[in-house]
Amino acid sequence: MNAWLPLLVLASSLVPGLIIFALKEEHTRARIALNLGGAVIKLVLVGVMVWGVFQGQTYEARLPLLPGLELALQADALALLFVVLSSVLWLVTTIYAIGYLEDSPYRSRFFGFFSLCVTSTVGVALSGNLITFLLFYELLTLSTYPLIVHRATEVARRAAKTYLVYTLAGGALLLVGVVWLYTLAGTLSFTPRGFLSGLETQHSTALSVIFVLLIAGFGVKAAILPLHGWLPKAMVAPAPVSALLHAVAVVKAGAFGIVRVVHDVYGVEFADSLNLLMPLAILAAATILYGSVRALYQDDLKRRLAYSTVSQVSYIALGTAIAGPVAAIGGIVHLVHQGLMKITLFFCAGNLAETLGIHKISEMDGVGRRMPWTMAAFTLGAFGMIGVPPLAGFISKWYLGLGALEAGQGWVIWVLVGSSLLNAAYFLPILYAAWFKAPATHWPHERSFGRQETAWMLLLPPVLTALLSLAVGLLANTTFSPLQWAVFIASLEFMP
Amino acid sequence: MSTPLLYALAGVGLCLLGLYGLIVYAHLLRKILALNIMGSGVFLILVALARRSGDSPDPVPHAMVITGIVVAVSATALALVLLVRFSAATGRNQLDDDEHSP
Amino acid sequence: MIEASGTPLPWIVWVILLPLIGAMLCFLWPRQGKTLGLLTALATLLAVIALYFQLLDGGVIRYAVGGWGAPLGIALYADGLSMLMLLMSALVGVGVSLYALGYFKHSPDNPAGFWPLWLLMWTGLNGLFVAGDIFNLYVTLELLGLSAVALVALAASRDALGGAMRYLFVSLLGSLCYLIGVALLYHAYGTVDIALLGTLVERNPATHVALGLMVVAMLLKSALFPLHFWLPPAHASAPAPVSALLSALVVKASFYLLLRLWFDVFSTVSMDLGMVLGVLGAAAIVWGSVLALRQTRLKLLVAYSTVAQLGYLFLPFALLSPLAWQGGVYFVLSHALAKAAMFMAAGNILAFGGHDRIADLDRVAQRLPITMTAFCLAGVSLMGLPPSGGFIAKWLLLDAALSHDQWGWAVMMMIGGLLAAAYVFKVVGFAFTQADAPHDAQPVSPFMEWSALALAVCAILLGLNAHYPLELLAIGGPVTFVSPSP
Repeated sequence: MNAWLPLLVLASSLVPGLIIFALKEEHTRARIALNLGGAVIKLVLVGVMVWGVFQGQTYEARLPLLPGLELALQADALALLFVVLSSVLWLVTTIYAIGYLEDSPYRSRFFGFFSLCVTSTVGVALSGNLITFLLFYELLTLSTYPLIVHRATEVARRAAKTYLVYTLAGGALLLVGVVWLYTLAGTLSFTPRGFLSGLETQHSTALSVIFVLLIAGFGVKAAILPLHGWLPKAMVAPAPVSALLHAVAVVKAGAFGIVRVVHDVYGVEFADSLNLLMPLAILAAATILYGSVRALYQDDLKRRLAYSTVSQVSYIALGTAIAGPVAAIGGIVHLVHQGLMKITLFFCAGNLAETLGIHKISEMDGVGRRMPWTMAAFTLGAFGMIGVPPLAGFISKWYLGLGALEAGQGWVIWVLVGSSLLNAAYFLPILYAAWFKAPATHWPHERSFGRQETAWMLLLPPVLTALLSLAVGLLANTTFSPLQWAVFIASLEFMP
Repeated sequence: MSTPLLYALAGVGLCLLGLYGLIVYAHLLRKILALNIMGSGVFLILVALARRSGDSPDPVPHAMVITGIVVAVSATALALVLLVRFSAATGRNQLDDDEHSP
Repeated sequence: MIEASGTPLPWIVWVILLPLIGAMLCFLWPRQGKTLGLLTALATLLAVIALYFQLLDGGVIRYAVGGWGAPLGIALYADGLSMLMLLMSALVGVGVSLYALGYFKHSPDNPAGFWPLWLLMWTGLNGLFVAGDIFNLYVTLELLGLSAVALVALAASRDALGGAMRYLFVSLLGSLCYLIGVALLYHAYGTVDIALLGTLVERNPATHVALGLMVVAMLLKSALFPLHFWLPPAHASAPAPVSALLSALVVKASFYLLLRLWFDVFSTVSMDLGMVLGVLGAAAIVWGSVLALRQTRLKLLVAYSTVAQLGYLFLPFALLSPLAWQGGVYFVLSHALAKAAMFMAAGNILAFGGHDRIADLDRVAQRLPITMTAFCLAGVSLMGLPPSGGFIAKWLLLDAALSHDQWGWAVMMMIGGLLAAAYVFKVVGFAFTQADAPHDAQPVSPFMEWSALALAVCAILLGLNAHYPLELLAIGGPVTFVSPSP
């Protein structure tokens, strides 16, 4: 049973996905049933797994691949954090996507690839070694391609092409890095505090180059400067895809990979002794500031959110790169917090586009009165991003700042302050316009939903995720909060 | 110079002649003939090399040559049929120079 | 080792005899071609599987037909490498046979010729894979070449006839060069038996000339850059099932032959040439991929992709480590499955829209989903992304290159993979968009769609549990396949 559970978790989205491909377009009910059924079953299975791990069980599945090399799935603490995040947000996004794509064509194809995408994300999370990680990481690239190109316009085709150029090139670097590491170390299994420290003396140059290759490979998806170019372009995709890509699947897989490499391949201490973490921290800090500055200049709402993602995801890399336990907690917990907040914002942006045809910030004047619930959720998300206590973003920034001081890297505080000011500078005008300016006489493209401001399937998900992002901040000190889990993960890495 | 060596050299000469013809001439029939000349050259080499030691020639290369001639005949037949159909379809006796043309 | 002669005929003979009998029957009763052809394909598959179990039980198989050994008789030999090739041909062969059932129903191409010629070609393939002496290799090579040329000419278009003609010249020229090599070797060592030659061969001018001629002959036939000029016109203009067979199997046969000669005959003298082959292989990867990327027609793109992918097969000649050889052989297998699937998918698209202009694919991703899935899965293997046979092959090759700090080859492989992704996704991208001028769609037989998908799925499955094929390869393989290199 313990070997089957990780496989079942994968199968709970893979199998429905494959069946959905075979469904005809008009089988809407069957498709919805499969989607929601799969998402709920996955959540239940993940719940069982979390409970089991809490009881001291280990879950592991292995499949021999090559002599001396196997595919491995395992549920360690860090894996569970990401798996829980993915399964919760998958369920929410599925509800949203069903509402969002109600009458659009090619839904079977969309939901099929959507499920594959989640399967790959969960696979990335559960990977027990680098080759398994690589496998799911590349699968993720491939399964998101059809989602970006979904609208089948020339713009979509080009954006998807840009996405591929970046991610496949990153994948190639990653492959070289992984194979090289394998030839040196002879193993690829993730181990707390790394498995390389025995090799240091004769291979330190090679290991440094490999680190750069791996981080470059993951950095593409995590949109670290200068590898972020694909992300704003990928905004042509439908809103649920943007939400999924930017909050859960793609960028998080990259950030998660960075955490894995630093914690479980090299080990923080060893990576620091090779002087690899400082450059990463500086790069992450530069990305944080750069993304925020670029976000200021975007009038397109989704593009502003995309640049905000570029900035926010690097908090995770920054927290990992500051060689200290408290900062690591901040980075890891931001994996969850940023996911919740950003998915809320993208849901809201999708609602505005779907209900009123609003795509630009300049069209948002007074929209708070027309869609109060949506804008309330948006406001919570935005405040969280800025770091207003007691919202989720505040917790992350607090731990990051504290960790930086503890590790003696005071300059990080200035980055955090600068970034928060910039966050405020690009979010507050939106909020001001939406709540306090007079509404326009007519919206660009309004659809009526009776007494509600929009379809309930579109409204429920952002409200839910906004409340979650509030809850993880308010209840940060309870046993099952992401923060406590992150503390536990960091303790594995830093406690002797 | 021994007789076998003479034969072998003649065989090499025929091969080179055939190769030259295959490359230089554009007309397909000439190419087919050139290949046949080359084939004869190869068979001559085989037979010449059969006299390895003493007076009794080794029968194995002769068996090989007979097999080779059978193959050459069928190959030539196939080539001629192709040539006929090619010129019927295109009205030409040579291949286009531009091999990348769609 | 199993020494057997007389009755009953062992499986190693049946794998050659069955397709030969089938070919004759199909020739005599062309109306029953489909039924007979399919039955023969299944029977041959079963014979190959039976031979596989025999090999697993008893190790390397040798057999002298009718009790006569080489040089006058026919010596047959099968080890793990031969077995993998036989299995690959059987799998692709059955897939293509099923595909052909649907293809020739609506195609203007000549269906009566397909079955006897294809089965004859299969005879040649299987004969080549189990041939135990270099003269039989010549005969099977000619059988293979002539039937392949005739298959290309089935399409009867002027492109196809021109392509077939060019192919014929190249094929015959290669065979003649090879035959001179046979003559020289026989003259020098007095035998044509591969195993015996391997023990006798020494460094002298005759050996070197023979080696040179035979290698050039095989490079010509396996279309290694810069001798690839004949391949794209022939492979692109042939009927789809034939293109699949040519790209998947026929070029691999001459590569197999080269591998046999290299290890079993010339192992003591060949090593100096290895670097040259590796460099040519690397050039082929880049040149073929760039040309593939520039094509506007789908089948030509796929054909140039074959030129590029064949380049990978020659990298092990320069890398010289057991891992690299495993990778090379794995590449043969995965490319065979993936490229067959891709040509079949291209054939479906051509049959569906009546053209194969890439920019006007017009939403085939939605309208031919099974075919497009097959195309994409095959593409994944060609790009070398996990999980696929192509990934395992690339992993092994990279491992071989990096563990000896041979950086250049690793970089070439990565560039090759990215270029492959570029040309595959060029097609995939246009498969989503709508064309300016929509075209009429013809129905595509489910046989054609599903057989393409089945082979593509096999190419993916090859990426899991890779140690089974590698263990099979180790049975009786040349020493360099299994033991660590010095």
